Amino acid sequence: MAQILSPLPGTFYRSASPDQPPYKADGDAVSAGDVIGLIEVMKSFHEVRAETAGTNIRFITDNEDPIMAGAPIADLD
Amino acid sequence: MLKKLLVANRGEIAVRIIRAAQDLGIPTVAVYSAADAGSLHVQLADEAVNIGPPAAKKSYLNVEAILKAARDTGCDSVHPGYGFLAENAAFSDAITGAGLVFVGPSGDAIRMMGDKVSARSAAAAAGVPVVPGSAGRVDGLEAGREVLAETGFPVMIKAAAGGGGRGIRIADSLAEFEQAFPQAETEALAAFGDGGLYMEKVVGQARHIEVQVLADGSDAIHCYERECSLQRRRQKVWEEAPSRALSDRLREELCASAVALAKAVKYSGAGTVEYLYDDEADRFYFIEMNTRIQVEHPVTEAITGIDLVAEMLRIAGGEKLRIRQGDVSVKGHAIEVRLNAEDPAKEFAPFPGQVAELRIPGGPGVRFDSMLFQGYQVPPFYDSLLAKLIVHAETREAAIVRLIRALNELRIGGLKTTKPLFLALAADPAVRIGDVHTRWLEGWLIENAAALAG
Repeated sequence: MAQILSPLPGTFYRSASPDQPPYKADGDAVSAGDVIGLIEVMKSFHEVRAETAGTNIRFITDNEDPIMAGAPIADLD
Repeated sequence: MLKKLLVANRGEIAVRIIRAAQDLGIPTVAVYSAADAGSLHVQLADEAVNIGPPAAKKSYLNVEAILKAARDTGCDSVHPGYGFLAENAAFSDAITGAGLVFVGPSGDAIRMMGDKVSARSAAAAAGVPVVPGSAGRVDGLEAGREVLAETGFPVMIKAAAGGGGRGIRIADSLAEFEQAFPQAETEALAAFGDGGLYMEKVVGQARHIEVQVLADGSDAIHCYERECSLQRRRQKVWEEAPSRALSDRLREELCASAVALAKAVKYSGAGTVEYLYDDEADRFYFIEMNTRIQVEHPVTEAITGIDLVAEMLRIAGGEKLRIRQGDVSVKGHAIEVRLNAEDPAKEFAPFPGQVAELRIPGGPGVRFDSMLFQGYQVPPFYDSLLAKLIVHAETREAAIVRLIRALNELRIGGLKTTKPLFLALAADPAVRIGDVHTRWLEGWLIENAAALAG
């Protein structure tokens, strides 16, 4: 199992905007390079991408939660 | 006089408002998110209330939590600062509806100026020059074609409910216009739930000049203008007063037009009327009115000696304007630069972190508005403004020399900031003579990327 860690401190979002579906749902397969969420740092938005592929993503950090750099966002099998 | 003030904001502006209130003997209540418990505004206020988690939506934008904090602490008034809820008409209404005083204009005034079409109509009705274009909403493509006689090409098609650069299309010819207009209608409807459009001529190279007004609901005065032409992505980075581009005659005309608008809409509090100034045509055009205290208000305070935030509090407390127009005069020149937690060497990437070392500039003509202290952890959740450095001197040239002196005194250790940008700008020949426009900085940044990276 791998973990996807936050590259930045800020607020985590699971979708591109509030009226969009989440980039990934729990249980989704993930390819390397897929966007799995956004981090808002000081009003600027940065995409978080999976570095490796996996068959089952499970989010640890909820939508709109504060997050520190290096903290786990999701587990990935 | 207000009895007890809740400051519904954070950062340097919350500190600024708390100071003004305390100078007037008004007790203050700070509100803070869980991320700001140790921040300076919480330390300086007489009381402080935790209003929620770090995300602004759950704290600084949470109207119910702010109203509850005001009730629980016995406040009779709320100052919104800038940003967050400052130009939210429903917030102003909610404060007033709860029997409290909102330090700012009525919800109706905020609504009128927030809608681009109604603001433009109000300005035109008050005799303020607006960018040539449609009188109001454009009712269909045929009506749009008629407006082209006013605007020529290129023409901007804007969503009435848009703003901040969203919902704008530019057409260079009739063919482009006929294609773009229906598209803009569909887009505006999808994006804003309102397909209303208006049209404006594209003004070429122009300066951003704005007039500070103070008003008490019946009378209004101006405190002269500021020039904020140095912008990056439509965000001001360097502001000064007065503008060296204006003749005395045009300055009087510009400032009088802002007062006329403030009086026409029965404005109350501090406000700013923003204009584009076209040097070549020697003409100015209304853009919008901001119904709040602005980030760059200290340059006006420096050249006029007026404490704008204190005057806002007095007016909100029921006093009439104390200052007559004839008493407002300009002394010297002031410049403000915005020190942001951003790395100019890396395309201004945000840089939250801990302030390891802090040396604050001082001496004659130097003001430093900030929430920083040594050891402060800059949270990643809010905007990147750390401090405003304001210098004042007899002339613009002397102010720039003083700005360089003060920037060299300033040390913010542990963070990347925009300080190197301002040292480079202060040394630039075009900035030295004030030969700039609103798109000048974007080009300069591309040409000088290497210098900023080093």
